[in-house]
Amino acid sequence: MTRRVPVVASACLAFALTACGGGSPADSAPAALDAKADLSKQSLTISIWDGYSPKDLPERVKAKLGFDTKVAIHDTNETIVAKLTAGGDSGIDVAFVSGQYAQALNAQGLLEPIHRELIPNLKNLYPEASQLAYDKGNAYSVPYTWGTTGLCYRSDLVKTPPTSWNDLLDPAPELKKKITMMTTERWLALPALKLLGASVNTADQAVLDKAKAMLLKVKPDLLAYDDTTFGDRLKSGEAVMVEAWDGWCPTSEKNIEFVVPKEGSDLWADTMVILKSSRNKEAAHAFVNYILDPEVHGWVPANILYRIPNKAAMDKVDPKLLESYPTLAEPPSELLKGESLVDLGEASTAYTRLSTEVSAAQ
Amino acid sequence: MTARQPVRVLGKASGRLATMGPGFGFLTVFLLVPLALVLSYTVFRRGRFGGVVHEPTGENFARLADPLYLEVVAGSVKLAAITTLLALLLGYPTAYLIARLPARWKVIALVAVVLPFWTNFLIRTYAWIVLLNSEGPVNSGLKALGLGPVELLYTDGAIVAGLLYAYLPLMILPLYSAVERLDPELREASANLGARPARTFWSVTLPLSLPGVLTGCVFVFVFVPSLGNFVIPELLGGGRRIMVGNLIRDQFLKARDWPFGSVLALAVVAVLVLLLFAQAWAARRAGRGA
Repeated sequence: MTRRVPVVASACLAFALTACGGGSPADSAPAALDAKADLSKQSLTISIWDGYSPKDLPERVKAKLGFDTKVAIHDTNETIVAKLTAGGDSGIDVAFVSGQYAQALNAQGLLEPIHRELIPNLKNLYPEASQLAYDKGNAYSVPYTWGTTGLCYRSDLVKTPPTSWNDLLDPAPELKKKITMMTTERWLALPALKLLGASVNTADQAVLDKAKAMLLKVKPDLLAYDDTTFGDRLKSGEAVMVEAWDGWCPTSEKNIEFVVPKEGSDLWADTMVILKSSRNKEAAHAFVNYILDPEVHGWVPANILYRIPNKAAMDKVDPKLLESYPTLAEPPSELLKGESLVDLGEASTAYTRLSTEVSAAQ
Repeated sequence: MTARQPVRVLGKASGRLATMGPGFGFLTVFLLVPLALVLSYTVFRRGRFGGVVHEPTGENFARLADPLYLEVVAGSVKLAAITTLLALLLGYPTAYLIARLPARWKVIALVAVVLPFWTNFLIRTYAWIVLLNSEGPVNSGLKALGLGPVELLYTDGAIVAGLLYAYLPLMILPLYSAVERLDPELREASANLGARPARTFWSVTLPLSLPGVLTGCVFVFVFVPSLGNFVIPELLGGGRRIMVGNLIRDQFLKARDWPFGSVLALAVVAVLVLLLFAQAWAARRAGRGA
């Protein structure tokens, strides 16, 4: 677990940059694609988080499919969404973005519908993979990784293992100043919303106000707000319990455990989307199909320890690995208990205000 | 002579164009145009996914008066003021001593002042985290002395320390050039007329270096809340305190609210310009007085 891929670090933050503002879902009929197109005449540019795919992916794609692939790197959802919505042709054919961002991109009419007949490997996915709220039925996105948010803690330094979000929001005296929460708005609100029994996608101002009161109450007891280095803080013992994404909790360390609190949590997914502006749509589909190959997709759990929605690939994961990382071995039904994050559109301002109010409070 | 004159004038004009043109063009393209864009965003509504919808509105400016944002501004100004004061108290003696050093040592001392800039800013900020955290060397030292551990990191104090460290050279350099420029004969004259060194400092050196003091203070005070930096509050403050810089960044990257982000950015630019004007005016007055 040496690599920290800033995947969802800022999912839900925001999309940026479109001069033209909103848009409506694409309703024009998708262009017909030629299943027998000569792929060697096409080339592909993908944009993905650093370290999120095998280094030799372009060579492997070239050998297998016969076209050149350029890999561009983005560090957050915002940067890639900014690029894609800046107008004109971004030059990107396939982008990796979190689910709710895929939803927003599609709402702006920027995404090519998935041509299922060109991606036979979709059959490798768990049935649950098409039940994600941001895109039921995978109409315009194909999930690449998925996971949830919970509590990551030092089993040797926390007396009673946490079971509830309340253990974070009303910490025991010995945990004070030794816990961190996430700062990205949707995840900042999540523990309080779940403890209130509300949806992580709620737009109810009364609920958000209650959540705010809880977040303000715990602020003095926090060590820090932290989206990126909480794993290191746990390792050093500076923090003993942190709000964390499952893939980021360094459970490979002896005394570090991950738990999803009993009130439930979210379900996030990072997805692959094909841009409507792409001039290499056949190659793009072939690429997505190639990623879903168990040998290729299996690289993810084996190397960066993220869970993937690919049953065929998960079945091939080394049992020893699953033994050391119990969360990897959980069936998707466990994950599906989490609530899928969706884009909130206009209501997202309420979350922005909430997070500004919490951070500005002294 | 008269025949050659027009040629020379022409040569001058094209020479001016050749020397000023690139810089002027650069500023136009990369400063004025973006600034004009920012200005234009302030009067429109926010787009659902960022950007702007071209419907005029005044509400972006009205939001500036929201107590929530005023509180952030007040907090930033407080931290900036403390940082500026500390920078002055630390920077003046340093600059004064450097100006009195032999020429060879002056160069070495000045290089030492700017030396930290050769290392990446983020790495230097992380170094402060290592120094100040509860298991770090400072706290280990305090513990050994029976004084600790003390909560150092993720406090306003840590933010001020980081800001002070980052912007101290901006105080030292103008102060140094102000003190260094002073004619040593003025000090000698003061001494000849019977003033003790302290009196000479208060009545001669300090008043004459005031323009440098002002420049340094304006630099530090302006840079801290504006450019200044959403990184230090985030890393050293643990995200528990936000400054105007964070607020502006968040409007663009998190809130997708370009118009309000533009209003905030513009407000900071306006304050900056006002302060620089005040500084220029004060410097001119001081210059005239001398």
